[in-house]
Amino acid sequence: MTIVEAAQGRQRRATPPAGLPRLLANPTSRLDEHLDAHGPVPRLRPEALIALVERAGLRGRGGASFPTATKLRAVASGRRTVVVANACEGEPASAKDATLLTQAPHLVLDGLAVAAAAVGARDAVIATERGRTEVLDVLAHALQARAEAGVDHVPVRLVTVPPRYLAGEESALVHFLNGGEAKPTSVPPRPYERGVHRRPTLVQNVETLAHLALVVRHGDAWFRSIGAAEEPGSALFTVSGAVVNPGVYEAALGTPIPSMLVAAGGTTADVSAVLVGGYFGTWVPASALGSVTLDNRSLSAVGAALGCGVVAALPASRCGVAEAARVAAYLAAETAGQCGPCVNGLGSVSAAMDALARGQDVAGATAALHRWFGMIAGRGACRHPDGAIRFVKSALHTFADEITRHQRGMCTATDRAPVLPVPHSSPGGISWR
Amino acid sequence: MAVTKRLRVDMIACDGHGVCAELFPERIQLDDWGFPIIDDAPIPERLLKDARRAVTLCPALALQLVDDTRR
Ligand SMILES: Cc1cc2nc3c(=O)[nH]c(=O)nc-3n(C[C@H](O)[C@H](O)[C@H](O)COP(=O)(O)O)c2cc1C
Ligand code: SF4
Ligand code: SF4
Repeated sequence: MTIVEAAQGRQRRATPPAGLPRLLANPTSRLDEHLDAHGPVPRLRPEALIALVERAGLRGRGGASFPTATKLRAVASGRRTVVVANACEGEPASAKDATLLTQAPHLVLDGLAVAAAAVGARDAVIATERGRTEVLDVLAHALQARAEAGVDHVPVRLVTVPPRYLAGEESALVHFLNGGEAKPTSVPPRPYERGVHRRPTLVQNVETLAHLALVVRHGDAWFRSIGAAEEPGSALFTVSGAVVNPGVYEAALGTPIPSMLVAAGGTTADVSAVLVGGYFGTWVPASALGSVTLDNRSLSAVGAALGCGVVAALPASRCGVAEAARVAAYLAAETAGQCGPCVNGLGSVSAAMDALARGQDVAGATAALHRWFGMIAGRGACRHPDGAIRFVKSALHTFADEITRHQRGMCTATDRAPVLPVPHSSPGGISWR
Repeated sequence: MAVTKRLRVDMIACDGHGVCAELFPERIQLDDWGFPIIDDAPIPERLLKDARRAVTLCPALALQLVDDTRR
């Protein structure tokens, strides 16, 4: 079967993957192999598409777990709309989007086409970080193959953004696509109201789009057949730290955290805590690991959330306070530098975390941190400071005993090698354009 | 029912002059770094004049009185 035949073969329907993996079931970057495995994208009318996504209960996988149908509907009500696939993945501890894009680029691009159809878009963009050569290479080839086969009805533009944590924030991304710096803008108007070229713009994480491509093929009942009741389906998790095989794993939402660690080959050491959700996420202490599962409903009981699916196991031999201080410094350095409470607040928080890590004026630094938490959250133009505060707050809570030890001039860590990746941050060094 | 108003600050535009906190201390305090913490509860009639004055005199045009559409 040629690519065009496969693309047009309406009668052909591939059988849906029965269990897991779903997104990563048929890894290929070739369009013909992709269509052989998955079949063509069924064409549905916008209202039917959105209703299907709503019944499926798909939520965004970019961090906020926002219901996708609600966003589709909001953008669809506008005119001359634009869709943007967010492949920026600025989160240093996450590799799921890059993995998905290299293993199943056509699933993401199918999803982008489906999203475009759902909101009646004429323009589509896929944005990824500059310098990710493998991802860029796969995407460029995939887009060329699709153009030749004529599978897409909306042209897709491939755009690269500066490699900064903030560039993937949706208003920053829209601002960049409009010719500005990759820094957030004051909202409202939000991108769904006024985005690229001032048009209503749907910004969706690439994993969300890949799920969309499967929902439209296999239906809502299939989508809901795994996962948690209120949070159906599977998700990609980046498992790292004290595990035998760090990497990206697809699992049903609602998977127990210990099972996730087992999927990654099991732990290599005693684990004191697991960071769930990324650098805007939460440290779940070892004592709570057995009682929570990887879905927002369960995680909320320990103040955590899925975020972007990062699961990082901290070995008991390392200092959680030092880890948190390094990440806090990174997040402070990655501020877009526009809002006083974010620039100054995160700078102050980072300095206080550094003091805690070194065991200097522990009582003073702790008191100041608690004062600043309430003073910073909700006061930036974007959610960057809120995410950073959430992370630091949870470190203070989970590593409270260790902080007390630091106060007495002690530390349990026997190994100082860093666990969480923190890119070299050179503020001013990396451009925002 | 009359539309109630509340204050909103555009944190990107605000440069922390603190003028607003002096003009409208009933609803605007400064944080540890000199940036306004705004009580975003509806503003009663008797305070509207002060609120408007703060909005007009903010050198960065960062303050706004917006309709309180929340319920
Ligand atoms: C500071 C910051 C950085 C973000 N970076 C990313 C990113 O790299 N990739 C991404 O998909 N979403 C990122 N987001 C979330 C986006 O703003 C947006 O919510 C998301 O792309 C929507 O897609 P979804 O609904 O499919 O999850 C970021 C948010 C914030 C506050
Ligand atoms: S809150 Fe921070 S990161 Fe967000 S726009 Fe303001 S300065 Fe930039
Ligand atoms: S007067 Fe305007 S610029 Fe100055 S602190 Fe108040 S809101 Fe910000």
